[in-house]
Amino acid sequence: MGSTPSLPAWEIRNLANTTGFTSEQIEILHRRFLHLTDGKTTMSKDCFDNIPDLDCNPIKSRIVNAFFDGRNLGLQTSGTVDEITFENFLTTLSFFQHMDDNHTKEDLEYYKNEKLQFLFRMYDTNGDGKITLEELREIVDELLSKTSNAEKTSSSIADAAMLEAANICVGQMIAKNPAKEQAINFWKAKPLCPGTDSLAGGKYELAS
Amino acid sequence: MLLMAAVAQVRVCSRISLVCLLLGSWALLSVCSGTPASASASEANKSDSSRSVSRNKSVKAFPVVTVDFGHVRSPFVVALWILLASVLKLGFHFLPKVSTIVPESCVLVCVGLIVGGLLKAVGETPPILKADVFFFYLLPPIILDAGYFLPTRPFSENLGTILSFAVLGTLWNAAFVGLLLFAVCQIQGSGLQHITLLPNLLFGSIISAVDPVAVLAVFEEIHINELLHILVFGESLLNDAVTVVLYHLLEEYASDPEIGAKEIILGILSFFVVALGGIFVGIFYGLIAAFTSRFTSRIRVIEPLFVFLYSYMAYLCSEIFHLSGIMALISCGVIMRPYVEANISHKSHTTIKYFLKMWSSVSETLIFIFLGVSTLAGQHEWNWIFISCTVMFCLIGRVLGVLGLTLILNRFRIVKLTPKDQFIISYGGLRGAIAFSLGYLLRESFPRTLFLTAIITVIFFTVFVQGMTIRPLVELLAVKKKQDSKRSINEEIHTQFLDHLLTGIEDVCGHYGHHHWKDKLNRFNKKYVKKCLISGERSKEPQLIAFYHKMEMKNAIEMVVSGGLPKLPSSVSIQHVQRKDTLTERLLPTLTKEREEEVRKILRENLQKTRQRLRSYNRHTLIADPYEDQWNQILLKRQRLRSLDPRGSTYLTVPTAGRGSPPEQKPAESDATYFEPRDPTSDLPSITVDLASPFSSESVETQNKGAVPGEDKGIVFSAKNPTNDENGSPNQRMQRFVSDPGPDNKPNDHFQS
Repeated sequence: MGSTPSLPAWEIRNLANTTGFTSEQIEILHRRFLHLTDGKTTMSKDCFDNIPDLDCNPIKSRIVNAFFDGRNLGLQTSGTVDEITFENFLTTLSFFQHMDDNHTKEDLEYYKNEKLQFLFRMYDTNGDGKITLEELREIVDELLSKTSNAEKTSSSIADAAMLEAANICVGQMIAKNPAKEQAINFWKAKPLCPGTDSLAGGKYELAS
Repeated sequence: MLLMAAVAQVRVCSRISLVCLLLGSWALLSVCSGTPASASASEANKSDSSRSVSRNKSVKAFPVVTVDFGHVRSPFVVALWILLASVLKLGFHFLPKVSTIVPESCVLVCVGLIVGGLLKAVGETPPILKADVFFFYLLPPIILDAGYFLPTRPFSENLGTILSFAVLGTLWNAAFVGLLLFAVCQIQGSGLQHITLLPNLLFGSIISAVDPVAVLAVFEEIHINELLHILVFGESLLNDAVTVVLYHLLEEYASDPEIGAKEIILGILSFFVVALGGIFVGIFYGLIAAFTSRFTSRIRVIEPLFVFLYSYMAYLCSEIFHLSGIMALISCGVIMRPYVEANISHKSHTTIKYFLKMWSSVSETLIFIFLGVSTLAGQHEWNWIFISCTVMFCLIGRVLGVLGLTLILNRFRIVKLTPKDQFIISYGGLRGAIAFSLGYLLRESFPRTLFLTAIITVIFFTVFVQGMTIRPLVELLAVKKKQDSKRSINEEIHTQFLDHLLTGIEDVCGHYGHHHWKDKLNRFNKKYVKKCLISGERSKEPQLIAFYHKMEMKNAIEMVVSGGLPKLPSSVSIQHVQRKDTLTERLLPTLTKEREEEVRKILRENLQKTRQRLRSYNRHTLIADPYEDQWNQILLKRQRLRSLDPRGSTYLTVPTAGRGSPPEQKPAESDATYFEPRDPTSDLPSITVDLASPFSSESVETQNKGAVPGEDKGIVFSAKNPTNDENGSPNQRMQRFVSDPGPDNKPNDHFQS
């Protein structure tokens, strides 16, 4: 830990302004970043293989891709990048921040929307702005991927899920609006996570 | 005859019927309690006469009719009380105005007061709620019901908050009330100087515990949101450990003039022993119950019995060691439930659910009635200062405790507790029968009657005043109510996804948080525990699939019960929905009632004839009872069938899945029970009969016009061709429901039997 280069103070301040983390949080994350990349300044996808616990995660590839997704990083291109800097790393993680009540109502709405967009992009792998049935099926497949005998049920589960969503937004469903609207409406309508998920005691939280 | 008179007038004046019922029951009770004297006398006479018979051999007529009540007395009285309680519960719901204003618990306490008063007026001593009866027979069903159906997710998420309210909140309340009352007792002229510090503290600890029975009774009716409900309710369950420890500790040392550090340390140690010991006993019995349920596949009938008995044994075992019985019951239920539910049959699950609900409902009713009766039964000592101060300090102490704790807790919580929440939590701190029973168990060396009077006053105050006013207050403050939505498959998918996502992010950050440990626990559970405790294939079934099957079953049963259109078609192929642009309005059509009746009549007439002519069927497929245990087989068969046509073509999805044609949203699951598909490899759909569902109006019209139901041909359906745009897709023609399983060569037009 002693030999890792630390960020200059101005850079920390910059990052704090753009991403909303505090300075200690940024320092801790920087140390973690360097640990994962073995001292390099950019991170590639196989850096994530160093994390043993992540291997058991069924949606590991999606999580890793989310870090490299151009849309999350605010780039105009919708493809994936190969390497990310520390700033990109922080940008992605900033989606999981907790919004405390100091912000205005529009701000809170905006952040909530951003988080939902992030989630949506994780579902929408081909980047066309819609969640199709195929993509849902893939998700269900991944969630069930650790079991052996689930192929047929996963498609029916995905069908059922899509139909439920259709029932919630009856009338909007007929392929006119992108499924994004509907999915976001759906997520807003249903109490997804009651907002009590916390990643670190106060550090990163995803409240929806 | 009183009852009959009551029934006759029930519509006009139900209050009179209630009073008549009460009088009738009172009459019976007095008769019951009065007859032991006469019964014993008659017994004595009989024994005398029989002895005289044997001695004198005098001729005595064989008694054709004898009255021997003493023989049956105790079960009779018990059964009568329970019957009275249940009938009163019935009557309560016939008075709509009353049931909206007054919570059930208040009415029951009032009834208890009336009955007690009547009994006293007659001259009998009304029965008191004995602590044994309460703790061994009346309390366990309620706690088991609460524990078995405890919503684990919100409970585990808010566990820190609940624990701090339960432990710290109760300790604070006990100290606050006890110390302040001691100060009050020192006031000259109050006549209370004889009560020293420790009895006051003991009283404080008895009165400070929030009661789960009262909380359940009141909160069930106001339907507040899940978070508040679980906070108050969880607190009322978990504070049992604190109450037990404080009670025993202070009772032991009340005679001791001094308490040193040693006693306090022992007390803290004993708290951990009591709490953790209770939990371990519960876990132990829960695991044994889960393991036993693995082998019950041959005798399904006694499955519920294992659940009840193991839980009761957990409770009794923990009572042996003076551990917290309530925590044992809760942990037993929570541990047992996921494994037992995976092992037992659907009917057993329903049985367990309804037995638990029934027992807990009866227990609750009895507890409240007995509270009322016992109020009049015992002696009372009324001391204005003591009692009014008790009530005041309880209220103030609760409010201060909640406020203080929330200030600290909100720094650690993500979803903060708003002042509205805090108000409801403090207002919902109801006291109940546990406090009464604990007070009843006090030794005579304490000022027992005074304490009992005070306890009863506080209970009445919380149950009546707080219980009655909490509902309008909830409305006034616009507290969020419980969202009555079924848990949907989408929610399940998203929740699991989010769980994995957050765990992954935690891993990336290198932080071992809440999600990390939960994920580890889940993986351990899946890898080792489930294999031991769940029988057969179910042990490998992931949660999503289990949830999906459960939902399908629920939908199916709903459809059969309602006999009509489903509200949520479970898995019709999406392609239909996407194709039917013009039919979106008809996604969920409604049939008028007469039309439905007509359709059903026609079906019944026709199908009864054709049933005998079926060439191939077996016993299982014709039974119109989706509750059979072969349910899983049928689901599997259907899935296999769907898998045989991977294109998911419109032909197959409509009838094979038996989901019905999507535009009409026919009820799905019941179809599959009727027929096994004869030729699964063919491209043709298997034809299913759906006895439970009405047909669409269009197809019935066609049938009426074209078919000849009178002939012995069964139902003949011709394809609907009137409007081409609607019937453009071939699946529209596939929705014919006929009785013959054999598909014809011309699948398009006619299906004849």
